[in-house]
Amino acid sequence: MPVPVIEAEDVVKTFTVRARSGMLRRARTPVHAVDGVSFTVAPGEFVGYLGPNGAGKSTTIKMLTGILTASSGTLRVCGLDPSRRRTTLARRLGVVFGQRTTLWWDLPLRDSLALVRRLYRVEAAAHRARLAELTALLELDPFLDTPVRQLSLGQRMRGDLAAALLHDPELLVLDEPTIGLDVVSKATVRDFLARVNAERGTTILLTTHDLGDIERLCRRVMIIDHGRLAYDGGLDELRRTVDADRLLVVELARPGPPIALDGIEAERVEGPRQWLRLPRSANAAAVVAELTRVHEVRDIALREMGIEEVLAGLYRGDHAYWCSGRPVAP
Amino acid sequence: MADTVRMYGLLVWAWIRAAAQYPVSMVLLALATAVVTGLDVAAIVLLFSQAPRIAGFAAPEVLFLYGTSALAFGVSDILLGTTERLGYHVRQGTLDAMLVRPVSPLVQIATEEFSPRRFGKLVPAVLVLAYALANADVPWTPGRVAMVPVMVLSGTAIFGGLWVLTGAMQFVLIDSHGASKSVTYGGAFLTQYPMTMFARDFVRGVTFAVPLAFVNWQPALYVLDRPDPLGLPAAARFASPAVAVLVCALGAVAWRAGLRHYRSTGS
Repeated sequence: MPVPVIEAEDVVKTFTVRARSGMLRRARTPVHAVDGVSFTVAPGEFVGYLGPNGAGKSTTIKMLTGILTASSGTLRVCGLDPSRRRTTLARRLGVVFGQRTTLWWDLPLRDSLALVRRLYRVEAAAHRARLAELTALLELDPFLDTPVRQLSLGQRMRGDLAAALLHDPELLVLDEPTIGLDVVSKATVRDFLARVNAERGTTILLTTHDLGDIERLCRRVMIIDHGRLAYDGGLDELRRTVDADRLLVVELARPGPPIALDGIEAERVEGPRQWLRLPRSANAAAVVAELTRVHEVRDIALREMGIEEVLAGLYRGDHAYWCSGRPVAP
Repeated sequence: MADTVRMYGLLVWAWIRAAAQYPVSMVLLALATAVVTGLDVAAIVLLFSQAPRIAGFAAPEVLFLYGTSALAFGVSDILLGTTERLGYHVRQGTLDAMLVRPVSPLVQIATEEFSPRRFGKLVPAVLVLAYALANADVPWTPGRVAMVPVMVLSGTAIFGGLWVLTGAMQFVLIDSHGASKSVTYGGAFLTQYPMTMFARDFVRGVTFAVPLAFVNWQPALYVLDRPDPLGLPAAARFASPAVAVLVCALGAVAWRAGLRHYRSTGS
C-alpha cells in the first residue's frame, strides 16, 4: 500500500457564528461545517468531491491546503500537517480556484509564469522544459505574451492551470475549474487534466457542480452533505446504488392505446410514441423482444437515468439512497 | 530573512512591471505625485517663513523634527504601507490565494501594487531634513551626527512595526481599516511637530502607550541639546532602537496571532 497523498481522520471544523439576539447580546452558535470526515487518497487517484452548496466542500479544501486549521481530528497531506507546515506544503501542492485567478492581472502570462517559477524556486532548465510541455498541452502559445487581464475566461483558466502545475506538484486541488467555461474550453481543460493524471501520475482532487467533469474524469467520487461524507466509492457503483429505472422510448408504426406488458405500462403517450419505465429488476432485452413481437415497432431507444438524477436525489436528502449505497461508516 | 528580502524584491519588480503596462497612467500619476510633493514643500516653507518659532523651537529645529519623522514614516509606508489592505483581502477571499503560495502573506500584501511613485513621498522629507541639518544651531559631536541615521532607522522600524500591528488587528476587527489609519497617519502628523505643543498628559500617554515619541522626539532632544519637558531620565533619549525592536517584536507576534485566528475562524 503506497503512502497516501491525503489522510483525513475524523476531521472536524467548527465555526462560531455570532448572531444578534438582543440589544447588545450576541448569541454564539457553533456550526459544524465539517463534522467528522475520514478518507484517504492514494497517489495517482482522480477524486471528485461533490456536495450541494454549503455542505463543507470548500472548508475541507481550505483545511487540506492549510488555509484553515481543523478544529479536531488528524490531517496529513503529502505526509505533512497542512496547518503547521503550510509554506512547505505549498511547494508540493497546486491549487486552482475557478472563481479567481492567482496570476498577476497586468503582467503578460509569460511573465506571470516566470514569477511563479521564482516563487516556487524551480530550476531554470526544468522550468523551460515544463513550460514548453504545458504550453503545448494547453495551447498557451497564442496568448503567452498577452496581459492576463485581456485573456478570456477559458484562456485565463488554462493559464492558471499552467501556473499551478509548473512546479510539478504531487497533489492538484481544483475548486470548480470549469465554472463559466464554454463547451470547447471545458473539453480542453478536461482532456488536459485527464492527461496530467494519467501521464504524470499527479493526484487530483476536484470539486465541481459540473457533472460532465465527474463523468469524464473521476473514477472515485466522494459526496459530502451537512459536513459528513455521505458516499465514498466508485462512480459506477454510485450509479448502481440508485434504484436506476431506465426509460424505454418506443415509436410504433401507428398511434395506438397505451402499451401494457407484464406489469410495465406506458406512462406517457404522444401519438405513435410511448414512454415505458423499466424498473431495475426488469430484463430490457426480454421486454424489447416481447414488444416487437406484439407491436409493429419503428424505433426503440433505452435511456439510463443520468448521474444528474442520482445526485439530485442525494442532495435532496433522500436517505433511501444512502442506505442502498455504500454508506460511509460514521 | 534573506529569502524574505529576495521574495520582496521579486514581487516589487513584478508589480513595477505590471504598472509599466499602463504607461500613460504611470506618467500622469508620477506628475500628480510631483505636484503634491511640491505643494507639501511649499506649505512647509510658507508656514515657517511666517512663524519662525513654534513652542520655543526655532524653524530649523522644527524642520529637523518634521524631516526625520516624515522620512521615517515615508520609508515605512513604502515598505509596509499596503498592509492596511489586509481587511479588504480577508473580505474578498483573496488572502486564501496568498496562503497557498510558498511566500509569506505579509510580503505579498506589502508589495502589492508597488510603484516607484511611492518614493515621491520621500522628496519633501529629504529636502526638509537637508535644510534643517544645514541650518540648525546644533553643537555637532560624533554622537549627535550618528544619532541622526539611528533615529531615522529606529523611526522607520517603529512605524513599520505599527503598520504590521494595525494590519494584524484587522484579522480580528475586519472593518477596523479606519481605526488603523488614525494610528499610523495620525501618528505621522503628531511627530511632525514639537510635542510641547500638545498637552502634557497627552504627551505622557503617547510616550508610553504608543511609542511614537521615540520615533524622533526623544532622540531629537539629544541631537538638539534640549531638556526634556517631562523630565524623563537621559537614557530615554537613546532608547529608540530598543523601542523599535520591541514594537517590531510586538507586530510580529500580533501578525502571527492574527493569522492563526483567521485560520481557525475562516472569517
